[in-house]
Amino acid sequence: MTAVAEQTGAWLAEFTELPAVAPWAQELRESAFQQFAKVGFPTTHDEEWRFTNVAPIARTSFKVAAGGYWYNRPSPVEVLGLEEARQHLGHYASFEQNAFVALNTAFLRESSLIAIRIPAGAVITQPIEIKYTAQDADPALAVHPRVLIVVGADAHCTIVESYSGTGKYFTNAVTEIVAGDRAVVDHYKIQRESIDAFHVATLAAQLGRSANFVSHSISLGGALVRNDVNVVLSEGTEATINGLYIVNGTQHIDNHTSIDHAKPHGTSHEVYKGILDGRATAVFNGRIIVRPDAQKTDSKQTNKNLVLSDEAVIDTKPELQIWADDVRCTHGATIGQLDAESLFYLQSRGIGKEQARGLLTYAFAQDIVDRIKVPALKDPLEQILFEKFHEHRQK
Amino acid sequence: MALLEIKNLHAEVAGREILKGIDLTVEAGEVHAIMGPNGSGKSTLAQVLAGRELYAVTGGTVTYDGQDLLALSPEDRARAGIFLAFQYPVEIPGVSNLYFLKAALNTVRKSRGEEELDAMDFLNLVREKMKLMEMDQALLNRPVNAGFSGGEKKRNEIFQMAVLEPKLAVLDETDSGLDIDALKLVSSGVNALRGPDRAMIVVTHYQRLLNHIVPDLVHVLSEGRIVKSGGKELALQLEESGYAGLGIEDEEVARV
Repeated sequence: MTAVAEQTGAWLAEFTELPAVAPWAQELRESAFQQFAKVGFPTTHDEEWRFTNVAPIARTSFKVAAGGYWYNRPSPVEVLGLEEARQHLGHYASFEQNAFVALNTAFLRESSLIAIRIPAGAVITQPIEIKYTAQDADPALAVHPRVLIVVGADAHCTIVESYSGTGKYFTNAVTEIVAGDRAVVDHYKIQRESIDAFHVATLAAQLGRSANFVSHSISLGGALVRNDVNVVLSEGTEATINGLYIVNGTQHIDNHTSIDHAKPHGTSHEVYKGILDGRATAVFNGRIIVRPDAQKTDSKQTNKNLVLSDEAVIDTKPELQIWADDVRCTHGATIGQLDAESLFYLQSRGIGKEQARGLLTYAFAQDIVDRIKVPALKDPLEQILFEKFHEHRQK
Repeated sequence: MALLEIKNLHAEVAGREILKGIDLTVEAGEVHAIMGPNGSGKSTLAQVLAGRELYAVTGGTVTYDGQDLLALSPEDRARAGIFLAFQYPVEIPGVSNLYFLKAALNTVRKSRGEEELDAMDFLNLVREKMKLMEMDQALLNRPVNAGFSGGEKKRNEIFQMAVLEPKLAVLDETDSGLDIDALKLVSSGVNALRGPDRAMIVVTHYQRLLNHIVPDLVHVLSEGRIVKSGGKELALQLEESGYAGLGIEDEEVARV
């Protein structure tokens, strides 16, 4: 057997046990699985995965599980069945580009799918919460959460996706968002997986004309984490793509973002901040595409990293593909340590060194936390961050 | 027993000796002025007393309140009652003044064996002290020193001192960058804190601050040593004849 066949063999056994679905869905699953079987898991020879070795996922035999989620449906959110989701599913997150998306699509089934629609013009102030909770099991479980959110024109909504669990497992999530013209969508993803978990996720958003989209990606847990955020803008769309990742021990986190300015007059702002301690490793790759049509694009990307130990490693790379000439695109990346003068200033007022380090570390993340508009999310997150920085230094 | 006793103190930074044998005794209730030209080691002395790691102490002893000061961390010195008003207060974006001050005060109170203040008592205390320094209360919710003017930063230092009530305050060039109105305000804030149990070391290049904060003793520092000590009249003498009158070269004057 080839290496690819060896890795995909166990998944094939799981795939054949899937309950039947409608023929079109069956076809989608089969094409996706064929794609996965053809390419297998990516390796570090693949440019997109150069700094992230997924061998620990590839060599583990997982048992595929369904369910494990909870979500609310504030009125007038409509729940879509598989049939109603048909015209959108797989249209924004392409399984041909990403083996993990292929695997997720191959395991598409109603019991792992959350598909909702926000009717045109609806303004929903209450956040739509989607929670996935993974269980510890032997053999370890793999879950393929699939979310589809269809936001009608002029609708306003807030979506909070959160992931957590216990023990060793593999979450392989795909979220597709399609927003109509002038829609306003605030999306939060809170990743608090267990410290032994693998988490791979793709968020693909297709945004309408003059729509406003904000993505906040907060990543705290997981042993091996890869987040892809792919956003496609239309004319006059405004997108804000923010992220915060905090890693310690031997955690690895890879954030790949792609902001595609397909049409003119689009604006995108991106700020990703990372805090690394221990022997943790992080990757940031920020791709910005400005298509030939997309004149008057205004795009700004920033990646800032605070490195608290000598052994943590960050690889950060902007990737600008600009095909239009009348645009403004800026990018910048920084990697730094805690400021010695600030530390001394705090200590000179009686604040202990460890507490001072915690305060300054928290302060580094503050602006990302400040942009969170959901109080029910912000308050516990502030608490979690405080505790995290405290425990960081206890180790 | 003196509150502070410095004996033959030597310190260096990056292998260059800055303090070359300082001897100084400060009793509780006294205000000492340390004057000297730029580069004489005044700020180094202030920072060494507060425990800045950048400076390596290579010889001598510092006894504060019966303890070996040099063995204490910066935070333990602050908890024991030492306060340094920085020449260049540090901006800390992301940490609010209010949070910072509350954390500082409660740590210091705890080490004095006092109870932590609750939110109400803390706010009342802070408001009272802000009034003293004529500071805008809106500054409390702003990040520490971030976007403050030079004068606001210096006032903020004295405001912090008023809240923390140290036993030994070291004021490092608190007058630099202040206009005359701000200077008077800062000085009256400092004077309000003078008392029989509190000592102060006022480090300054110019005599003008000492018109407002009148010292008990004046020391002139040159090339890392105290070359002359006297009463407040020594400062006036310096005002008239400059450092050159004492046979000291002032870099700043020399450059003109």
